[in-house]
Amino acid sequence: MPQLIQLIDPQGQVLGELPDLSADRLKELFVHMLRVRVTDGRMLTLQRAGRIGFVGTSTGMEASQIGSAAALQPQDWLWSGLREGGAAVMRGLPLSEYVAQMYCNANDTAKGRQMCNHFQHKGSHYPSWSSVIGTQIPHGVGAALASQRRGEDAVHAIYFGDGATSSNGFHSGMNFAAVWKVPAVFVCVNNGWAISVSAKQQTAAESYAHKASAYGMPAARVDGNDLLACYATMQAAVARARSGEGPSLVVLETYRMMGHSSSDDPSKYRDEAEVEHWRTRDPIARFEQYLLANQILEDGERATIEATLTAEIDRVIHEQESADPMALKTLVEDVYADVPNHLKRQYNDFIEVAERHGDAQPGDGAFPL
Amino acid sequence: MPTLTLIQAVNDGLKVAMRQDESVLVFGEDVGPKGGVFLATEGLTAEFGKERCFDTPLSEDGIVGTAIGMAANGLRPVCEIQFQDFIFPAFDQIVSEAAKLRYRSGGQYTAPMVIRTPYGGGIRGGLYHSQSGEAYFTHTAGLKVVIPSTPYDAKGLLLASIADPDPVLFMEPKALYRHLKADVPEGHYTVDLSTLRQVREGDDVTVFCYGSMVPVVEKAANKAAEQGIHCQVVDLRTLLPLDEQGVLEAARKTGRVVVVHEAPRFCGYGAEISAIIAENIIEYMEAPIRRVTGFDTPFPNTLEHHYLPDERRVLDAIEEVAKY
Repeated sequence: MPQLIQLIDPQGQVLGELPDLSADRLKELFVHMLRVRVTDGRMLTLQRAGRIGFVGTSTGMEASQIGSAAALQPQDWLWSGLREGGAAVMRGLPLSEYVAQMYCNANDTAKGRQMCNHFQHKGSHYPSWSSVIGTQIPHGVGAALASQRRGEDAVHAIYFGDGATSSNGFHSGMNFAAVWKVPAVFVCVNNGWAISVSAKQQTAAESYAHKASAYGMPAARVDGNDLLACYATMQAAVARARSGEGPSLVVLETYRMMGHSSSDDPSKYRDEAEVEHWRTRDPIARFEQYLLANQILEDGERATIEATLTAEIDRVIHEQESADPMALKTLVEDVYADVPNHLKRQYNDFIEVAERHGDAQPGDGAFPL
Repeated sequence: MPTLTLIQAVNDGLKVAMRQDESVLVFGEDVGPKGGVFLATEGLTAEFGKERCFDTPLSEDGIVGTAIGMAANGLRPVCEIQFQDFIFPAFDQIVSEAAKLRYRSGGQYTAPMVIRTPYGGGIRGGLYHSQSGEAYFTHTAGLKVVIPSTPYDAKGLLLASIADPDPVLFMEPKALYRHLKADVPEGHYTVDLSTLRQVREGDDVTVFCYGSMVPVVEKAANKAAEQGIHCQVVDLRTLLPLDEQGVLEAARKTGRVVVVHEAPRFCGYGAEISAIIAENIIEYMEAPIRRVTGFDTPFPNTLEHHYLPDERRVLDAIEEVAKY
């Protein structure tokens, strides 16, 4: 099995050469991890209060997404799965758009078309995932080929979970990428569980990293709760892709501390002792220890940061609680570039009934035919 | 004006598109130096290089999945699925991804791409080289489904499909690939999507058809004319989005309708044509709508000539509807 790359152990002990990052940058990354945790907590509260429908948290996985995505440049793309919303925020997705997407309200850039936890942000090259597992993998490969053909300096980081390694998209995406030698990095966030199916039931391979060799690409196995190990490994993989040496696989070994989603009860399928074991490996606590030991963070500063982040998210939530009603025409728009006649007629039939029942808003009226 | 077969017209259309637009790429299984199993891509690698026309690993899911990523990032991929029968591993990518990308992203990301694929029987290909799966795809909002039946339309519709801002499934009737040669203009021209083609004028019976069934229906209509039954033959050529108003006008003109396709009947495309007519203009109908289709069975091999609607079966339906 490829050796697990670890730079700081769970006790905060430095084990290897750390990436060259300024104290300010290190602190920034710490704040990004905290924002993920604070936001997850707030979203869960909103879900329990019935304000939003669904939350898939990243609790316990903050280092894997923040550390790895921090190694990307602004021109790079991030092809996401369920849990990369925090990385999107770090790379430029405004919190207001994040929360609007969770509310699926009229401020959502996707016009409320997808369920919660399906973020997108065109400005930072972050397309949304579809919910179908692994389908974004070949998309990232094709998009990487497009970047390569135009001679752009863009790397495509393609994220997915352990369950996705069993999907068609993983196989075809890894295979095509290696054959075409595109500038892509495959990031497998192995959080131990695909809903209720354990990583052991997902593959007979000794590790997910083993899978890369069949496609002719290198792989690295990383302690996914070690922020700096995630960063350093990803940085090397991204540099390799950027210099034209081809794709590689980075497996981030982490743990999903909560259920698959707000609709899932993990006590039905996994042992609490396993969760407790991982609680001692908390990625934020580990990095905090390092920052404290190196006087980058002061005692008690974490609480201050968390309070600021909580106020920040609460302000955004307050704003998003009152959005305009969704325009009814979004029912039939964006199916095609132009609304075809059959959809105009379907909408016109619908709006006639809606208007009669007082459901329509100004602007919702019939299409001229 | 050159005279070309349908497949030569497809080949010419690809070359015209690739000369005009650097972002057009052609790829799939065996489409490179070999030129495709039917030679639709012959000469493309030679003219445009292996960067723009290339073979892929053998994975339909990978072909369509990567095409979506290319399209979302500024290229105009024209990929080939070697036989429509092989398209189902890519069904998820077509239905859940390509067709829904614009909608689910609120228009932020799109997939302007073409999936070319030969469909239909008539070459003794058995179950897995003969199917007509258009109905699986016409049930998919966000996708366009185009089927030409003449060399002129094949080139013009293909060029329109490549220029279209949405994903197009371009199904080529392989039985007509070398059926006849016809005039095809040189250079660039387009045939608008979502328009019908009047194949033949007539006041007695309206026959709707597309793809490989068009010449079969034409022959049957000629025979019917000998008996004094004059058929209006309509080639639908874009199945989705359909020119519904054009269909209703054509059906209302005669009040007698036959729909012909080689795909199975149950939930086939003819069901939608029948339903649109019944829902909107049933009061103009002088006779029940008749469908002439393939059987609701897998596609046979030895008896394929009986499975496929032929001139006799189409003529029988025309006669029955005419005299009702």
